[in-house]
Amino acid sequence: MSTILKVDDLRVSFATEDGVVQAVSGVSFELKAGEVLAIVGESGSGKSVTAQTITGLTRAPNARITGSVAYRDRELNGLDDDQLRDVRGEQIAMVFQDPMTSLNPVYRVGDQISEMIRAHRDVSKHEAADRAIELLRSVGIPNPERRVRHYPHEFSGGMRQRVMIAMALALEPDVLIADEPTTALDVTVQAQILRLIDQLNRDRDLAVILITHDLGVVAEIADRVLVMYGGQIVENATLDEIFYDPQHPYTWGLLGSLMRLDQSRTTRLAQIPGQPPSLLNPPPGCRFAPRCPHVFDKCHELPALEARAGTSHLDRCWLDPEEKKSLRAQVIP
Amino acid sequence: MSKGDPLLEVTDLVKHFPIKTGVLIDHEVARVRAVDGVSLTLREGETLGLVGESGCGKSTLCRAILQLTQPTSGSVRFLGEELVGRSRRDLRPLRRQMQMVFQDPFASLNPRKRVGQIVGDPLELHGLARGTELKRRVQELLERVGLGPEHYNRYPHEFSGGQRQRIGIARALALHPKLIVADEPVSALDVSVQAQIINLLKELQDEFGLSYLFVAHDLGVVRHVSDRVAVMYLGKVVENSATEDLYRKPIHPYTNALLSAVPIPDPKRNAARERLVLQGDVPSPIDPPPGCSFHTRCPWATEVCTTDEPALLEHASAHAAACHHPRNVEEAASHGSR
Repeated sequence: MSTILKVDDLRVSFATEDGVVQAVSGVSFELKAGEVLAIVGESGSGKSVTAQTITGLTRAPNARITGSVAYRDRELNGLDDDQLRDVRGEQIAMVFQDPMTSLNPVYRVGDQISEMIRAHRDVSKHEAADRAIELLRSVGIPNPERRVRHYPHEFSGGMRQRVMIAMALALEPDVLIADEPTTALDVTVQAQILRLIDQLNRDRDLAVILITHDLGVVAEIADRVLVMYGGQIVENATLDEIFYDPQHPYTWGLLGSLMRLDQSRTTRLAQIPGQPPSLLNPPPGCRFAPRCPHVFDKCHELPALEARAGTSHLDRCWLDPEEKKSLRAQVIP
Repeated sequence: MSKGDPLLEVTDLVKHFPIKTGVLIDHEVARVRAVDGVSLTLREGETLGLVGESGCGKSTLCRAILQLTQPTSGSVRFLGEELVGRSRRDLRPLRRQMQMVFQDPFASLNPRKRVGQIVGDPLELHGLARGTELKRRVQELLERVGLGPEHYNRYPHEFSGGQRQRIGIARALALHPKLIVADEPVSALDVSVQAQIINLLKELQDEFGLSYLFVAHDLGVVRHVSDRVAVMYLGKVVENSATEDLYRKPIHPYTNALLSAVPIPDPKRNAARERLVLQGDVPSPIDPPPGCSFHTRCPWATEVCTTDEPALLEHASAHAAACHHPRNVEEAASHGSR
């Protein structure tokens, strides 16, 4: 599989009243064609800022962005809006958490999709309108001929999210970035949307970057997983590796604190003490050290993201791989 | 009252919100049937989980039980006393025994009050403590929920979401109530913080002899904390049973679908599961479908489901469901364990 998107040492910081917030501190990864890459992390991990920076959405007077974001070998970081217009929508499309704020409430849904198509392609109004109907059909909206004339508020949350996905796919991009697409949806609707994204990935060879805090969602459709903490990637592995052979104590903590339906009810959950780090003054050295039960003297030095067990499974932890196995068993049942 | 006695008995509770229109005189054109006839029992020392998706009425049910909103009809008996129809003055002494923890840790604390005041107000309002004694008790509560006595003088905005939720819990505990209604207390928190708060709630339950009505949409969380679970759909309880029975042998098709929809954070097991993905969306509570309100999305619906509303009946030991075609009944009946 060829690499379609390559992010190298991405750093994003924002100057605020309270100081400089180091939102993303050296993120590097690759996305292959047709791959579903999940970026997992909690609030403040930097996952959303990373995704938004890829499509140039974080550019602002108080933002400082360094590093490289290369789509098919073309550098995106530093491009202006005109130059990015070719990329956005056509190559890389984005879907956000709250469809109500992404859709214009005063325009019919069909018109919004048509307008977008006509801004990029030389087609007639009629052709664009037909395409809009087909797009709604392809994302599973029943009666698309009728629904295309409805306003966003006439759709339920799940249906609106489908409309967003339809809009994202209108120009047939290679990459879909979905930022917490199902977090605001009920679980039964979430299942429908994940199934849709999975189907689109398989049928169209669409690469997906899925940002989520929900490991269940990850298990459902991801091929590869990045775990982010404090603005950095702490683990980068395949789906099976993350769930069955996790190498970072933060990942263990996340897995251990899950309340799984298929396991017996334990009396006490494994909890990660403390809170996520301040991004104003990130701790020197390993950022998870203040909360890590296995911290030792080497941890005051920031570990590099490397394959320590000799495979393509990367982690950012000084612990000896052999030692990790027994430590891990204490956290994850 | 001893452990196991009914603490809270809700019978046919209804809360409808009228939709009115008119120029000079309002007349009702429709109603939102938020809670449409709910009956349930919570026993002393027990945690009853209340689960359902958006619009099922679980939050309105909580508020109707606590008389924060006046029920349209029905009965709520708490500690043997009828709450519906009581005046505010008569409710006051009972209110000491029932407290609430809210979902949004940012909206549920007054941003202009210091933490000490937020947690101490209930004690002061009920005349239980004053001055240095009040401060001492508040600091004790703060410590019990994992905060420091030095947090007494800080404002809510100086805390994280998880810490604010702890403040909300301290406030609910202040009067040593018998019942705490927790409306999605961990939904807005990060996963690693959720575990901390859940552990805290369980410890407090043992220590203070609390009973919880625990509302959540996350089935994993509900299973972990509850002794019994009630599933709601469009304003009604569709299934009610001991926790393990619900998760192992769900009777109602909606419960089956809910459980099936939750992804298991284990790729191999997740892929091996048989999934039931529901079509369509939840109907509006203004115009619920006739007969069984779930029939529009039910894969096993028949003619009778479109006309007759099924009653909530016990199909297995202590396991009730409202369905004309209950699933897993033989297995559920034979398992009938508490």
